[in-house]
Amino acid sequence: MIQRNPLKRREPLTDTILLTTISIFIFFAMYFAAMQIWGAGFLRWQRVFDMLNDNAALIIVACGLTIVMIGGGIDISVGGVISLVVMCCIVHLNSGGTILTAALLAIGIGLAFGVTQGFLISYLEIQPFIITLAGMFFARGMTTIVSVKPQKVAHEAFNALRAERIEFDALGYFTKKGKLIPARAEIGVVVALVILLLIFIMLRKTKLGRGFYAIGGNSNSALMLGVNVKRTRFISYTISGLLSGIAGFVFMMHTGAGNATNAAGAEMNAIASAIIGGTLLSGGVGNVIGTFFGVMILATINAIVTTSGLSAGAPWWQEITVGAMLCFFILLQSVVLSLRGKGGFKRMIPKWMQGSKQ
Amino acid sequence: MKRFASKIKWSKYTQLLKTKWSKYTQLLKTKWSKYTQLLKTKWSKYAQLLKAKGRKHAQLLVPLLSILLIAVFNLLRDPSFFSVEISKNNLDNPVLTGNLISILNGASELAVISMGMTLVTAACGGQDISVGALGTIAASVFVKILRDGQITAGTIVLAFLACCAAAMVFGAFNGTLVSVFKIQPMIATLVLFTCGRSVAYWINGGATPTIESPLINAVGSFIPGCPVPTPILIVIAVGLLLGALLRFTTLGLYTQTVGINQRAARLNGINPTLIKLASFLVLGLCCAVAGCISASRLGLINHETMLQEIEMDAILAVAIGGNALGGGKFRITGSVLGAYAIQALTITLYAMKVPSTDVKAYKAIVIIIIVVISSPVVKQAISRLWAKVKENSQKKKEVAA
Repeated sequence: MIQRNPLKRREPLTDTILLTTISIFIFFAMYFAAMQIWGAGFLRWQRVFDMLNDNAALIIVACGLTIVMIGGGIDISVGGVISLVVMCCIVHLNSGGTILTAALLAIGIGLAFGVTQGFLISYLEIQPFIITLAGMFFARGMTTIVSVKPQKVAHEAFNALRAERIEFDALGYFTKKGKLIPARAEIGVVVALVILLLIFIMLRKTKLGRGFYAIGGNSNSALMLGVNVKRTRFISYTISGLLSGIAGFVFMMHTGAGNATNAAGAEMNAIASAIIGGTLLSGGVGNVIGTFFGVMILATINAIVTTSGLSAGAPWWQEITVGAMLCFFILLQSVVLSLRGKGGFKRMIPKWMQGSKQ
Repeated sequence: MKRFASKIKWSKYTQLLKTKWSKYTQLLKTKWSKYTQLLKTKWSKYAQLLKAKGRKHAQLLVPLLSILLIAVFNLLRDPSFFSVEISKNNLDNPVLTGNLISILNGASELAVISMGMTLVTAACGGQDISVGALGTIAASVFVKILRDGQITAGTIVLAFLACCAAAMVFGAFNGTLVSVFKIQPMIATLVLFTCGRSVAYWINGGATPTIESPLINAVGSFIPGCPVPTPILIVIAVGLLLGALLRFTTLGLYTQTVGINQRAARLNGINPTLIKLASFLVLGLCCAVAGCISASRLGLINHETMLQEIEMDAILAVAIGGNALGGGKFRITGSVLGAYAIQALTITLYAMKVPSTDVKAYKAIVIIIIVVISSPVVKQAISRLWAKVKENSQKKKEVAA
């Protein structure tokens, strides 16, 4: 029997926390298993930083998408917006723009998409899938109108910024000759982590953040509680657009080149990571921390498939493995939620995890 | 005297004529009013009937309107867009060519898939985004069997049946996730969306196989002696089959019921799980047909570009067809019209010499215009405006009176 402090009541275990916990647990389990089996690369911190470097843009976009999905909507224009932003910024930089104006351009394009889509979806009540699909088509088409040829950044100051790395000596490793190679992170990773933290705080602590959960859970009761449903929904799409603009800039800092198929499938990757992280497409459940671990889980799967040499002779195994893992996560979530709904799950988890029932 | 008498006579005659005239006019008037009355009642009856029918078919207004819009635009731009000619192809067959034919022919895969997509949308209230991958898998099976042996009519039928079976297996996989495990369709089909094309690549053995045979040409382009492209005939056949299935069985009714209210459907003795699964199986068959058309049209399979982004176009076709993406009432005709509208738009843009990579941007603008016009809020605003105009004109009349 656990002694409970009557003054400090435990909050009941919500779906959000449960699903996030599962995804965090699975990430660590997978990573430690990979350490045991393949060792070498996985034992170094640099591997984690590499995964972060490669996926900084995806983390930012997935955060925006998480907000939209918590609000019960969907935004599939994000990949298109990234590619448009990359192309526009490169053309702008190469024709004599500065880094500041390029960043403003990126944010402007993202905001324009977010505001337009948000207005059409929330105030004209059009299905979000159709509008953001049209947004994706528009952005992809505009990308090729801006430039069909692949472009490369030839802006010295920007390339210097691109090459900038943040080094962590403590997390580095020694080569055989005893030379310390520090763990390196790109600037984009810092941007991504700061945005992640800001959104986490916003979702937990502000009225707006709680409004997203309210409209996603049940928009009618949110309306009766005095939440401005239309405005909240509008803001969710605006944030998603803004974040995809920023993600485009981060993507450009990572690749330094742009072509028409940039960030192809980024929207589906972002949706997949949000789902793995415990966000439900039906709305009202989700957390950006979970989304972050969703991105990391996808990255770990890719790293494992590459390291194990499965994809060497047969390139199809990579995607098939990712698909199988996705299927596993989706099924796990479904089973967990349905067991919880029937009350069967309560009997399966230890008592201390259940929390008080009041 | 004589003159006077004639005058009297004249006046008599005129009098007579007048009375008779008035009598006739009276008669005519009554008869006329009778007829008009009759006509009016009949007319109102017809109008009522028309209105009722219109309400029933109001859903088709959006796709028809968008097709009409594109047609009028083309008529103003270049009337020769509509010309259809009979020419001879390189096999010396008489074939129909022209923009209209290429619209009908090019939209075949989209039309077939959007038929199945309508059913899934209606039953599950969500969309399948794996149709492109599913079609590619089916086509890979089709081509693999054909390449293993000689291509005859028998092996083509066998390969088609095998690819239908494969598509149904994967359709059942999607359907099980959606109906048994109660996962949202878009997420459940995300699995196949991610790995489906790789599965096709695996079946192909890491290559882009080609098939060449006059029989395959007959399936993909023209049957010798028949000027109409075969894919159009296949679409008509599939449409008739599906139409018969919905008309003569209860599948359509049950699908609607499950889509509108699943719990009520269950209480009425309908098994929602089975209906949802059935809709995914039908969609799997549709994907198999589309994959076969696409593979035989091109004569090769490229797992990355085959049926690319057809899932987005198919969902769009369902939406333009006036079907609610949240499930419930549906009309297959609307979706098919929507599919043709999308293809008409694409062909129009090609005819205007827009580069194929830029087409998407213009397509998006047209889509947004169509969707905004047909959105409920805009519709309400227009009807409110119309009521105001009517009221104002009535007030003016009153003032004038």
